[in-house]
Amino acid sequence: MKNFKRVPVPTLTSLSDYPLGSSCKSFHITDQNSGWRVFMPVIHLDQCVSCYRCYLVCPEGAIHQNEDQKFEIDYDYCKGCGICANECKIKAISMVKEEK
Amino acid sequence: MSRNAFLNGDEAVAYGVKRSRPNVVAAYPITPQTITVEKISSFVQNGELDCEYMHVESEHSAMACSIGASSVGARTFTATSSQGLLYMAECLPYASGARLPIVMMNANRALATPWNIYGDQMDVMFLLNSGWVQIFVEDAQEALDMTIQSFKIAEHESVMAPVMINLDGFVLTHTYEKVNIPSQEAVDQFLPTFLGAHHMMNDEMPMSMCISAGNQHNMEFKIKQHRDLLRALEIIETIDSEFESQFGRGYGGALEGYKHEDAEVILVTTGSVTGTARVVVDRLRAEGKRVGLVKLRVVRPFPVEKLMELVKNAKTIGIVDKNISFGYEGTLYTNVNSAFVQSGIKKETYNFIGGIGGRDITKDDIHEMYENLQLASAGEQIDAVTYYNVRCTL
Repeated sequence: MKNFKRVPVPTLTSLSDYPLGSSCKSFHITDQNSGWRVFMPVIHLDQCVSCYRCYLVCPEGAIHQNEDQKFEIDYDYCKGCGICANECKIKAISMVKEEK
Repeated sequence: MSRNAFLNGDEAVAYGVKRSRPNVVAAYPITPQTITVEKISSFVQNGELDCEYMHVESEHSAMACSIGASSVGARTFTATSSQGLLYMAECLPYASGARLPIVMMNANRALATPWNIYGDQMDVMFLLNSGWVQIFVEDAQEALDMTIQSFKIAEHESVMAPVMINLDGFVLTHTYEKVNIPSQEAVDQFLPTFLGAHHMMNDEMPMSMCISAGNQHNMEFKIKQHRDLLRALEIIETIDSEFESQFGRGYGGALEGYKHEDAEVILVTTGSVTGTARVVVDRLRAEGKRVGLVKLRVVRPFPVEKLMELVKNAKTIGIVDKNISFGYEGTLYTNVNSAFVQSGIKKETYNFIGGIGGRDITKDDIHEMYENLQLASAGEQIDAVTYYNVRCTL
């Protein structure tokens, strides 16, 4: 598993700054979907055994392993579906009501 | 060497495709397009054409495969008709939005229901808003030539849009004529190998395909696509002139006028009915009537300025529609009227609807259209929308 590297979002001041077509490098110009979230998943790193299950089931690809091997959630793209918490066999992820 | 052959419209397209050397053809057969895809698959089978031919399970899959192939820079062709076109409709804006230069032949055919396999132009009118360049051809030679030109138009760096070539079902797809097939060397020179473009993927440059863009950015993507399609008009003209200088056959770009310069009344036509109308124009000209014809070859992008230029001396214009936009009028009539409004030019325009469900539009029908235009031109009141060759009183 590789850490993803985000391509910086370009400054879009004229139409020529927009990409031709709708295929581009990941995260180039996508909208964040964190606004959909009511409950946020929180990984309890003291319990986590790095089984990769949450990484595999996350429909948004918003869970990744950082450089010190700890699992991390990208809260800009996590939409709060709760699949990771539901699938975690050892209940190391809990869904927490988010204050906005 | 180029050679002459006796071909129908479908076969002419297949030869145009063969000469254009596509990398991928994904298609599903449907009447009256079937001959085209059968012919191409036999070219592949007998080794005359080196291309990946994908037998797919539906038109939706045909377009989905075409999108996948084109997104990695493959020159891609598909063909469909009628219900098949509508079945693949969901994928069409993906192709145009992703700016993929796919070329597709559409055999214009009636839509159900009542079920009908014969020719009219109801099918394509649904898809005028799909972001595809829409070309209408008059005969088999033009079908072959425009197939080759279409790849060049689609792949041009300032167009990068898919192109649909429309052939009237049966009248054009299944009737034979002498067609000149240009040599492979000549076509290779006109249409070099497609090398892909920066927005296409390869192993070294993976991409997210068909991304989301919500209310923050979506409108700008769409305006960019729209502006580029409008600018394609100029490229279409240039490529047609290039083709003419190399092969000796040109089609006037987006529009072709016939005896229009001093015409008092002009009929605007698309597709095969233009050939019938030319005969009627000649006949009426011999009687001293000042009648002319404008063949609308490209409906998207819509050639407003050039249309205005061709009809500027006429008093009255008739628009032939082989479709009905239910609850309003013929679709081309709406489009032509809007061109007059945009240009601030006032002309009397009339809509002649005919040929629905494969009904003939005869020379007599066209003769009557011209007579009615002349009556209107002389100040007589005629209906804005009339139907031709109808079996019963309306």
